[in-house]
Amino acid sequence: MQPRNGSAVEVRSLVKRFNSFVAVDRVTLDVARGEIFGFLGPNGAGKSTTIRILCGLLAPTEGSARVHGFNVATQPELVKKSIGYMSQKFSLYDDLTVEENLEFFSGVYGVPRNVRPLRQAYALKMAGLEGEEHTMTRLLAGGWKQRLALGCAILHQPPILFLDEPTSGVDPIARRQFWDLIYAMAESGTTVFVSTHYMEEAEYCHRLALMYKGRTIALGTPAELKASHGPGATMNDVFIASIEHEEAESR
Amino acid sequence: MSFRRYSAIFRKEGLHILRDWRSLAMALGVPILLLILFGYALTLDVDRIPTVIYDQDGSPQSREVVERFRGSRFFSIVERQGDYREIIRRIDNSTALVGVVIPRDFARKVAGNEVAEVQLLFDGSDSNTASIAAGYAEALVLAYSSELRERQVIRRGAGKMPPPIDARVRVVYNNELKSRNFIVPGLIAVILMIIAALLTSLTIAREWENGTMEQLLSTPVRPTELLLGKLSAYFVLGMADMAIALALGVSVFGVPMRGSLLLLIFASALYLFGALCWGILLSTVTRSQLLAFQVALISSFLPAFLLSGFIFAIPDMPFVIQQFTRIVPARYFVALLKGIFLKGVGVSVLWADILFLFVYAVLVFALASRTMRQKMA
Ligand SMILES: Nc1ncnc2c1ncn2[C@@H]1O[C@H](COP(=O)(O)OP(=O)(O)OP(=O)(O)O)[C@@H](O)[C@H]1O
Ligand SMILES: [Mg+2]
Repeated sequence: MQPRNGSAVEVRSLVKRFNSFVAVDRVTLDVARGEIFGFLGPNGAGKSTTIRILCGLLAPTEGSARVHGFNVATQPELVKKSIGYMSQKFSLYDDLTVEENLEFFSGVYGVPRNVRPLRQAYALKMAGLEGEEHTMTRLLAGGWKQRLALGCAILHQPPILFLDEPTSGVDPIARRQFWDLIYAMAESGTTVFVSTHYMEEAEYCHRLALMYKGRTIALGTPAELKASHGPGATMNDVFIASIEHEEAESR
Repeated sequence: MSFRRYSAIFRKEGLHILRDWRSLAMALGVPILLLILFGYALTLDVDRIPTVIYDQDGSPQSREVVERFRGSRFFSIVERQGDYREIIRRIDNSTALVGVVIPRDFARKVAGNEVAEVQLLFDGSDSNTASIAAGYAEALVLAYSSELRERQVIRRGAGKMPPPIDARVRVVYNNELKSRNFIVPGLIAVILMIIAALLTSLTIAREWENGTMEQLLSTPVRPTELLLGKLSAYFVLGMADMAIALALGVSVFGVPMRGSLLLLIFASALYLFGALCWGILLSTVTRSQLLAFQVALISSFLPAFLLSGFIFAIPDMPFVIQQFTRIVPARYFVALLKGIFLKGVGVSVLWADILFLFVYAVLVFALASRTMRQKMA
């Protein structure tokens, strides 16, 4: 698939309503190619909902979004060919071995048979799962499962990766290792769109959006965001101040 | 439709089937278990039915009827009674299941070329045995009747005349009157329906419950590829079941296989495909393994068992229920199986049943595929 001109992800006044409840409220943002873009916010902020819309899994109520130049509402098939997605809940097949999961996802992503061994070997190596090919996926530890899920999502070499809280429930060391992988992906030119609610992870992103009650209440590089809240401010301070400001506004 | 994606789904589904040894054991073991259980236990064969005969006439003709009953292996004459009350008493205390009353004017009516009657009394509390006994008795009376008729024709020369003794026959095509020959084809229909619908009822719901559907939906997989991939895997399993049931039926139970094997395989494939689609449809609609399983069990087992003509004859059902059986695919499959197994008839006779199974399969597939496209969008 030819890369399209423009941003990797373009979101314009995106709205998602579930009945009368507004889960995503007029979100507008751009993600440049090769960028690690963070999506930070408390539970229920609308991070997953936004990501699912961007992956073509959910239809937006209003507004528009383009991923890799394709409209998510009207061209979901093309969007799906251009992305890798790791959902918040672990979702590989537990009763298949590591290798069988990789083989299955190679198949559904339409990877040609002759390049599969290469791609799968790469995914295994990247995930640090060499030697575990025949291990039943259910027996893997949490951090390993997450890395396998990432490995499965990159078999077709997607230009854009959506990772929804990939490190939740994983110990700090495994988390650090996972971020090393994200960096490696970005260095090889992949755009990474990652959500989290760990403050320290926000610092790892090139740019990030703070999300609260469906709105983006702050957007910028970690340095920009901290600078705008006075010297010595931490990411946590930025977060709390932004939410307080937002609450005051809406009152 | 991409063959690559379809075959990935097919192989993955095959692995699930092989890994889940409990379901696999159920899928392959249940047919064997059911066949043995029903084949042996539910044998409807009735031998040496205790029978009381009340010969009111005492004529040579009536004695000939009595001798016929005595000579049959299906009846065992307990006692020749001269009293209705005695017959009733014996049926009441179960020392007899059948009473035969030959009326006083029997010989006169036979001679006068009128319709003579033989009265048969049955213990209705054992309705199964009773209806089988009735079949035997009627067949016996009819055989005697046609023999009499032949004799009369020979004596008086050609010419049409009514059968001198009234009897209706129900037992055809199963000359040895072996009920097992009826049971095994019916059982195959029930088994195939249950296994197919139950196993597939879990397959889509499981993906939703485990969250793997979310992952699948983010890939370029199309609903039709998912549907066909899953159907194919379970189709292989279902045909294996069919082969097991067929082999058991023919080898262990000695059911005659008089028709075309190819036609049998084709009909089974159609029926199986429809049943698989039905299970997938339930799974797609409910998104819950438990609910889909329960609905599949009830909606596959009950109609196939009760309304297919397997255990209960359709012509004996109330009118409304008879009409209802028209939409039960198992009914057509049972008819097909009996036709192929026992009668050895081919497409020229069975085309309507095949056509129905085809239409049913196409309809349920279309419905499942439409539902899946909606749910996955
Ligand atoms: N299908 C749905 N129907 C109704 N409400 C929904 C649906 N999906 C999400 N919501 C609601 O939308 C809001 C945003 O949910 P979302 O999952 O996007 O939040 P999140 O930021 O990912 O939170 P978390 O950190 O818990 O994952 C929540 O209040 C949730 O209850
Ligand atoms: Mg979430």
